[in-house]
Amino acid sequence: MTAFRVPGRGRVLHNRPVSFTFDGDTYQGLEGDTVASALIANGVHLMGRSFKYHRPRGPIAAGSEEPNALIGTRRGKGQFEPNTRATVQEIWNGLETSSQNKYPNLKFDIGAINDRLYMLFSAGFYYKTFMWPRSFWDKVYEPFIRAAAGLGVSPTEPDPDNYASRYLHTDILVVGAGPAGLAAARAAAESGLRVTLVDENAEPGGTILSEPQAKIDGKPAWDWLEAELDALTDLGVRIMTRTTAIGYYHQNMIGLCQKLTDHLEKPAASTPRERMWRVRAKQVILAQGALEKPLVFDGNDRPGVMLAGSAQTYLNRYGVRVGNNAVVVTSHDSAWYAAFDLASAGTKIGAIVDTRPTPNADLVKEAAARGITVFAGYTATGTSGRLRIKSVRINKVENGTVLAAQTLACDSLLVCGGWTPSLHLFSHTKGTLKWDDQSQTFLPDRITEDCQIAGAGRGLWGIEAALNDGAAMGTAAAKALGKTATVKTLSVADDRPGTGASHTELPTDLDAGKARAFVDYQNDVTAKDLRLAVREGMRSIEHVKRYTTNGMATDQGKMSNINGLNIAADALGKKQPEVGLTTFRPPYTPTTFGAFVGYHKGDHFEVTRKTPIDSWAEENGAVFEPVSLWRRAWYFPKDGEDMDAAVRRECRETRKSLGMFDASTLGKIEVVGPDAVEFMNRMYTNPWTKLAPGRTRYGLLLGDDGYIRDDGVIGRLTDDRFHITTTTGGAARVLNMMEDYLQTEWPDLKVWLTSTTEQWATIALNGPNARNLLAPFVEGLDISDEAFPHMSIAECTVAGFPARLFRVSFTGELGFEVNVPARHGRALWETLFAAGQKYDICPYGTETMHVLRAEKGFIIVGQDTDGTVTPYDAGAGWAVGKNKPDFVGMRALNRPDLTAEGRKQLVGLLTDDGTSKLEEGAQIVLDPNQPIPMKMVGHVTSSYHSDAAGRPIALALIEGGHGKTGETVYIPMPDRTIRATITGTVFYDPENARLKL
Amino acid sequence: MLLIHCPYCDETLPELEFTYGGEAHIARPENPADKTDDEWRDFLFIRTNVKGPHFERWRHAHGCGRFFNAVRDTVSDRFLTTYKAGEPRPDLAVLLEDAAKKEPSK
Ligand SMILES: [Zn+2]
Repeated sequence: MTAFRVPGRGRVLHNRPVSFTFDGDTYQGLEGDTVASALIANGVHLMGRSFKYHRPRGPIAAGSEEPNALIGTRRGKGQFEPNTRATVQEIWNGLETSSQNKYPNLKFDIGAINDRLYMLFSAGFYYKTFMWPRSFWDKVYEPFIRAAAGLGVSPTEPDPDNYASRYLHTDILVVGAGPAGLAAARAAAESGLRVTLVDENAEPGGTILSEPQAKIDGKPAWDWLEAELDALTDLGVRIMTRTTAIGYYHQNMIGLCQKLTDHLEKPAASTPRERMWRVRAKQVILAQGALEKPLVFDGNDRPGVMLAGSAQTYLNRYGVRVGNNAVVVTSHDSAWYAAFDLASAGTKIGAIVDTRPTPNADLVKEAAARGITVFAGYTATGTSGRLRIKSVRINKVENGTVLAAQTLACDSLLVCGGWTPSLHLFSHTKGTLKWDDQSQTFLPDRITEDCQIAGAGRGLWGIEAALNDGAAMGTAAAKALGKTATVKTLSVADDRPGTGASHTELPTDLDAGKARAFVDYQNDVTAKDLRLAVREGMRSIEHVKRYTTNGMATDQGKMSNINGLNIAADALGKKQPEVGLTTFRPPYTPTTFGAFVGYHKGDHFEVTRKTPIDSWAEENGAVFEPVSLWRRAWYFPKDGEDMDAAVRRECRETRKSLGMFDASTLGKIEVVGPDAVEFMNRMYTNPWTKLAPGRTRYGLLLGDDGYIRDDGVIGRLTDDRFHITTTTGGAARVLNMMEDYLQTEWPDLKVWLTSTTEQWATIALNGPNARNLLAPFVEGLDISDEAFPHMSIAECTVAGFPARLFRVSFTGELGFEVNVPARHGRALWETLFAAGQKYDICPYGTETMHVLRAEKGFIIVGQDTDGTVTPYDAGAGWAVGKNKPDFVGMRALNRPDLTAEGRKQLVGLLTDDGTSKLEEGAQIVLDPNQPIPMKMVGHVTSSYHSDAAGRPIALALIEGGHGKTGETVYIPMPDRTIRATITGTVFYDPENARLKL
Repeated sequence: MLLIHCPYCDETLPELEFTYGGEAHIARPENPADKTDDEWRDFLFIRTNVKGPHFERWRHAHGCGRFFNAVRDTVSDRFLTTYKAGEPRPDLAVLLEDAAKKEPSK
């Protein structure tokens, strides 16, 4: 039995001990404990160091709103998670946990020097302290901040766990299984609707779990709860625990993150760690309850300081007393009950200090009966104790004057500054809030989704009120769906509704400027920081928030927002509603990346598209590269070859004899219909009317802004049928653009567009022996140069397969592209490869394709163009049909900016030393001796070693480049500056003699 | 995730099936050559960028493939209606009235 465990108390299993470690020491807890409850049972409150000041901290709460007690958990190799709330993580035998933000250890931490230097870290320190002198930034400030900043340590190994995701459609989703949620689910289910009830806790019940004294409908609360859960199960309600509603999205879609294994010692290997649910609900009932606020005073963060309601939870739910000698400081009735419960369990209550001059008389009477001293109309002005609170300093307040102090010894201090409805999810829907003066908090106002808010979420305190409001909201939701439900009104005995007062920081007789009165515990923001932000000119609450970082930690200010708002409003001299509220955003609590990623990782991260010839490339040692979603053979290394050697060989052998290339990824679109040629005339820059069937043409596609979007060779098969090819990455985009014009601008055209990319396997044969290899396999077509000249297309049979044959070249060599139905692609490839052995046929990949085309100055759209390049800029003005009445982009080509001098134009570049290969993307200047920042006139778009040219070659976009042929430019690199000369873009066979073999 | 009604399929389907297509009712001029540089600039680049109900185009890209028009409130991110390409702009006043009737809080 550990020191602070109360025998027989709580919902933990007293006969099921659990052993776990914290910072290497072994502790005993019970099944049903969280790390926090088990450590407190062992008398341990010190669980972490704060983010900025490294102040010792312990848990202040008992649930997911906990800002302080963040720990690392380790479940196995790669299964380390930082920043887990010790108040949420359930224990199991063998769980390893560790504290954070400390060096060398939790009790003695060097970073705590920050606490002494707190003047440096006041509001806006990010923007001020480290700005001067400038040279200090790299060497001093940034390393210091990097070492000091950040919560926890990122995991370093890949996460071996699996994560799942599912969709769920339900009539009614109830978020929160406290009294309001339970009653709402009951009412809705009684009406016959499908109901889903979710709760982030390990078991449903909410407040009822912390208030066993209540008698609901004549039954002890926990007996009633058990019976009610049975009834819900019988009614078919899907109850999901350890399931957090993380976000409320459009049209009643709610994201749920369900934790499945973190609480288990030996989860089945097949069980996913977490499951993300995307729920579409016809009606949503938010029954998320309320969160307790701390009071703001000097030293309100020492280990042992805790919310009174949380202390009550530790006692009643976990059977753990938070200390032996507690003092209560409160502005709300609820803390009095926590004091009475603890007193009954054997904790000495040193005093109840209430900020209100005249607390509830019944409570005062009860305290007197228990012999508890009451200080009414008092303030708290300080605490002592380094690693655990030792005392609290309190003062009488009379007529606004803080009188002399007295000190009360304690080992724990229970604070309560009232309650805030938990409206985070409601805020996700852009539902508006309105300030309620009486309860001194924001309540829901305008509802934008099909949703109801029940219970404490709309300011109703006590179990009875929550139950009956929940039932009413469940009935209302059912009614909205055309159903009726009859529910009986429940009465609750020994209920604990209450009222309270709301405060800014508590008044003090000491120098308020020196008070360490924390508002946001996780980001170490004090009341002084908030007032400083206002003094320094921040007026909007959003600016105050960002300047101080109040509410910007991983808890999103669940405890700090209203206190921060009260203080900011006071400093601004305004009422709260005028100051407004900052925005809550999903997720409600920190959520793992794994849960969002779900199945989309590893091989399932995205689709890999493979050509019909891909398997041959893999079997033959290809190295692959991703090109959009495709994986393409990059090069085919032979023994001992690196990429450079392989590519040089592939280039050489293709130009010398014969190369073969899998071009199946080329986008292909079939344009068919009586208006096909008119459509082509309107879409592409080129004229198509006079292109005879059987001929092909290089087509250039612009946007209506005049910039190049895509290009490709297009064949006319018959009068009313074109075979378009597009770039590999552009296929879908081009089809979308064509459909857009066809459907919305020219719906009168009789044209049909079909994506045929995956219908065809495309094999490119290039080199002087291309025809020699191909001709014996072709039936029904004479492919001699006379009968089938360059830029021809025909349907025929190749090796027995029906084919569309292009005579086309992207290499400058004699070339053919054979298209056969995709299923025959590999067979044809193997046939041609076998027959090609006598020509030393060389399979080549995309890198060689790039080099060969660059040697000929053929552009790659997206590499040599960047979305601001016109046909004239690219040197492709010859492809623009000057006599056409219109085409997409034509009008824009006459816009002043597109015809202006000094546009970047595509040129060739040769380095003067003849050996330096430029880096793609490198910037180009005219004068290397000008001061920095230099005037950059362009950049290198393509750069390769070229055996054919006998030197490295490059393409570049340079301002006014077409008029600068022969001029010298400079490419400054980190280690040297390279000289280069502007040339034309064709580096090989400028007469195109090799095409005409 | 939004649910969007395709007026061609007459089904309300997840946003994932659709792609956005910019502002609606901006017709490409019949004879671009007749347009001044400023007129062509306006056609290309100038949009209303409204805060509130916005006439815009969507494509049921992973469905029927059709482009259609919609009115979506850019503040609430709610669709007021969708309609087929080529149909006239719906009456905004009527749409807003209908939407107000459907407000959950009313
Ligand atoms: Zn559709």
